[in-house]
Amino acid sequence: MDKKRVVHYVNQFYSGVGGEEKAGMTPFSIDGATSVGRSLEAAFDGAIEIVRTISCGDNFAAENPDVLAEKVVQWVRESDAAFFVAGPSFAAGRYGMACAVACQAVAEKLGLPVMAAMEPSSPGVDMCKRVTYIVPTSDSARSMREVLKSMGQLGVKLLRGETIGLPHEEGYIPRGIRVNVTAEKRGARRGVDMLLKKLSGQPYTTELPMPVFDRVPPAPAVKDMRSALIAIGTEGGIVPKGNPDKIEAHNASKWCLYSIAGLEGLAKGEFEVAHGGYDPVMATENPNRVLPLDVARACQKESLFGGLFDKYPVTVGNVTAVRSAEKYGREMGELLKEQGVEGIVLTST
Amino acid sequence: MDTFELRRVHVSDVTFGEKSSFSRGILTINADDVRSVVLQDRFIKSVDVQIARPGEEKRIVPIKDILEPRAKANGDPVFPGCGTEPDYIAGTGSTVVLDGVCVVTTGTMVNFQEGLVDMTGPGAEYSLFSGKINVALVIAPVDGLGKHEHERAVRLAGINVARYLGSLAVEAEYEPEIYPATSPFDFPELPKVVYVCQIIAQGLLHDNYIYGLNAQGCLPVLFRPTEFMDGAVVSGNCAAPCHKHTTYHHQNNPIVEDLYSEHGKTLNFAGVIVAPVRTAFADKERICRQIAKMAEMLGTDGVILSEDGGGNPEVDLMLTTRLLERSGIKTVIVTDEYAGSDGASAGLADVTPEADAVVTNGNGNQRVTLPPLSVIGDIRTVERITGGHAGGLHDDGSIDMEIAGIMGSTNELGAESLTTVLI
Repeated sequence: MDKKRVVHYVNQFYSGVGGEEKAGMTPFSIDGATSVGRSLEAAFDGAIEIVRTISCGDNFAAENPDVLAEKVVQWVRESDAAFFVAGPSFAAGRYGMACAVACQAVAEKLGLPVMAAMEPSSPGVDMCKRVTYIVPTSDSARSMREVLKSMGQLGVKLLRGETIGLPHEEGYIPRGIRVNVTAEKRGARRGVDMLLKKLSGQPYTTELPMPVFDRVPPAPAVKDMRSALIAIGTEGGIVPKGNPDKIEAHNASKWCLYSIAGLEGLAKGEFEVAHGGYDPVMATENPNRVLPLDVARACQKESLFGGLFDKYPVTVGNVTAVRSAEKYGREMGELLKEQGVEGIVLTST
Repeated sequence: MDTFELRRVHVSDVTFGEKSSFSRGILTINADDVRSVVLQDRFIKSVDVQIARPGEEKRIVPIKDILEPRAKANGDPVFPGCGTEPDYIAGTGSTVVLDGVCVVTTGTMVNFQEGLVDMTGPGAEYSLFSGKINVALVIAPVDGLGKHEHERAVRLAGINVARYLGSLAVEAEYEPEIYPATSPFDFPELPKVVYVCQIIAQGLLHDNYIYGLNAQGCLPVLFRPTEFMDGAVVSGNCAAPCHKHTTYHHQNNPIVEDLYSEHGKTLNFAGVIVAPVRTAFADKERICRQIAKMAEMLGTDGVILSEDGGGNPEVDLMLTTRLLERSGIKTVIVTDEYAGSDGASAGLADVTPEADAVVTNGNGNQRVTLPPLSVIGDIRTVERITGGHAGGLHDDGSIDMEIAGIMGSTNELGAESLTTVLI
């Protein structure tokens, strides 16, 4: 097989510029490989040629991640590379973060396979593990030889486009992605077996460790409701007739903003339910039951708040991926804030 | 109590013919007979009967429910309480099973929660129903019928046809399958295990029926495991097709089967608590407290707890687990996940640290491309059902969708072998 063109990232120490006193250096690029890079080429058994090495001072990288990312993307693109490798950075915090910034930028902007090597608790791991195969290392460079060997074994498979197996089989840190596979036994039988082990005090392994959720602190109270611009919004899928943007009944791929300007309430037939997770009959009959525009107008007439925002944000919150929900919430919040909205009544179903 | 006997009658083919009958493995159906069973309901305008066999280039969509034809040997109606008297306890005596056949209700879409079954190709790998000979009822309701009435008419049509086809095989040769009566007082030397089966009770296409009674008004009920096998729970449910418990799944509950296989050997299968899942938190607290109380009163050592649906039922799942574990009852959860199409999101809507033993039946958000097949039902609905999206149906009839739209693909009773791993 022809040698694949590879770009390698190392910090200022491994590029031979200097130690801590050179940590402020801006990103720079050198032709070919460093000494670590040459060992890496050997670990790949001749499958790669490091055509370029990118380096940067650790402090500069930590303080200017966007600058580093932009330079890395530019230089990797110029090099016509097929693969990007960073490190190993072992337990070095700033170096690991720089590797993570570089890997993430190359993977997301250029769509190339990327690889790094870090100590599993290094802060760079969480930053880039979703898009990067990270070989786990010990905390110091004493294990350099073994780490490079592991990188070579996994990297060759990545270059060949082979299916990559489980983290403990292939030697990489779990990327936090759950994929469907077929088990030997059906779920019911696995459940009975797990219970028998649990009852008899034998070790068992859950198939789904409990996810950890973010805690969202409540926003401070609106200071003066009498003057505040208030919005209404919902995840209950109340959309104009015909669902014009085709919000999906489940795992919605979007959120939308629709006008309620001049409306006293949501009329039957003018609005409908796009949500696939609840009985829609009552809300079809009277859409205000899910998005209470009628009551909001009544409150407005009583001057309980300053004004009602004339559009409403809506999505379908039905088995929607949490990452999508986080994104929609952030986007809705930013838009409403830009428009001067101080509070929102968000109804859920 | 006596043992319960399932008389398994193997069906090798289903054909249309002059006279509805069963002989030597062949189920012959007179389509007019089946139509007249369905058209007894004045809410149904028309019904077309079609057969889809494993391996055929056929796709059925949108599917509401799937049932297995069964009949009581003594003539009592299966699915007690569904249009009949609920005046016997299901899961006693002998019951005939048409093994290998399913009744599939399809036709005009009621709402988003309906699903798809492919008889061949990649879609067929996700569903046990692709391996069945499916008798599809393509049902159109009378004009102007409300959604609730439409759903009920189709549900009852499925029940009545499953009863009718089952009754054709009452005299046929069978293989007996014996289920001993279970009791909390048997095998005192073995750990006592109770199965807690959630059933959704939340409205249109989110309902289940216990002896014909909508579970919305019910507190948990104590079942003998065999009661499911006579159709004591009928599905009118729910949420995503991938994890809805169809009536077939209730009749053939794999957790019941697999606990039975250990009964008297490694555990005493003491009974089943059938637990409705409501939306309001007060209802969840009320019901979960009752589950834990019943399990304690039975002296339970271990529980298998299966979810029905996704999202809010996970609140019940975690609350029940917490209450059981705090009472010293070891608990295993059987569920599925919605981890996003990239598999990178948290797959459950609620968590508790006590839930340390979980079986997952896969990520419903996984994307799949299905080739064009000849369609029974209405192919346009694949863009609207749960798991589908606008633009998902291509001009050549192929489909991009999530496996959430495939009936039973991530079944939360563990009927399939799909699971997830972390990479």
